[in-house]
Amino acid sequence: MALSADESGRLAVLLSSHVDQITQRWAEVVAGQLHGRLSQAELIRQVQELHRALVDALDKGAADLASEESVELRAVLAELSRGQAREGFSATETASGVFALKDALLTVMEADHNADKLRDFVAFSALIDQMGLFTFESYVRTRESLIADQAEQLLELSTPVVKLWEGVVAVPLVGTLDSARAQVVMERLLQTLVETSSPYAIIDITGVPAVDTQVAQHILKTVVAARLMGADCIISGIRPQIAQTIVALGIEFGDIATKASLADALRHVLRLTGVETSRRQPRREL
Amino acid sequence: MTSGVDLGRPHTQTVGSDEDVVRVRQLVRTVAVAAKLSLVDQTKVVTAASELARNTLVYAGGGTVEVSIVDNGRRQGIRILFADSGPGIADLELALTDGYTTGGGLGLGLSGARRLVDEFDIRTAPGQGTRITITKWSR
Repeated sequence: MALSADESGRLAVLLSSHVDQITQRWAEVVAGQLHGRLSQAELIRQVQELHRALVDALDKGAADLASEESVELRAVLAELSRGQAREGFSATETASGVFALKDALLTVMEADHNADKLRDFVAFSALIDQMGLFTFESYVRTRESLIADQAEQLLELSTPVVKLWEGVVAVPLVGTLDSARAQVVMERLLQTLVETSSPYAIIDITGVPAVDTQVAQHILKTVVAARLMGADCIISGIRPQIAQTIVALGIEFGDIATKASLADALRHVLRLTGVETSRRQPRREL
Repeated sequence: MTSGVDLGRPHTQTVGSDEDVVRVRQLVRTVAVAAKLSLVDQTKVVTAASELARNTLVYAGGGTVEVSIVDNGRRQGIRILFADSGPGIADLELALTDGYTTGGGLGLGLSGARRLVDEFDIRTAPGQGTRITITKWSR
């Protein structure tokens, strides 16, 4: 429902003639919903900014939120919801912040003895509903982009390549090894092999819950790529249930060295490179 | 196929993306734990489900997976049905040969999955889609 020119004019007058009363009541209602999670000064600032943008749009004769004249108002609303989404407010809290304007309007309109006030209020309400829904949508969009960012960060975080020893790097894999992650792992590993000029790499799959043919294929490709660069790979962290599953599946790791634990793999590499390691007897303490 | 009585209602998961394959794995693991399968058997059935769900996605463009707990009176088990309405498999024997693939994988998914479970039932024909039912019993 769009506002008529008359209605938007009346709303603009109403809003600008009771600035303090409306912003104060508005801020009060929002503060009640947020239970002090936003400072009073910040709240007043937000409400005033929104109020100014709304009056501006109505002065220009905006019929609804989608119109050309409301572009500034939309920007303010989008900015507000982005901020709320980032600071962890819920979508309901964000939209309710806009709906609270109805409460404030009702307060000033009750005092005003105009015959058309019910009709006006319904028309204004419709505009405020649009504004609320718009904030809701902006909020969801912001959240979605946040989630996408986090997924990407997680991808980065979960594939570190660590230097274990002089000439030995390790990749501890954790979680699901899909094609995207396998690609990241391979790139990281090859890059680190170049940077550290390491002849040995250990791929540890202790944290991979299931090794199916796709995971195996990704690992095999990574090993072959590393070999092309002159580095030898050892696969470690093969637990009993994984070993049995790999056998039943029929996956062959060929001449790639595999070890049950990362420690075994490191010991294996150190022996190959001629570093002395002594297997100390566990100290008995009685 | 051995007859079995379903316990509780089956869980369904549609497969339309790689993330759905992960969901299938998680669902199968949860149900396998509920069916009291050993850790080795859990891993085996989860891996088999992963292979078959990915086949559904890669070769048929997607489908549905239905997971249920079955009981044959002596033992509990997990039964999983993979159904798609894709192109079907023309030469089943060839498809079940180790190392044969048309999708660029290792060619061990279908044959390997059969070795990982206790019962493996496949119904397919060109143009008729594919229905695979696997069952793993607790020991």
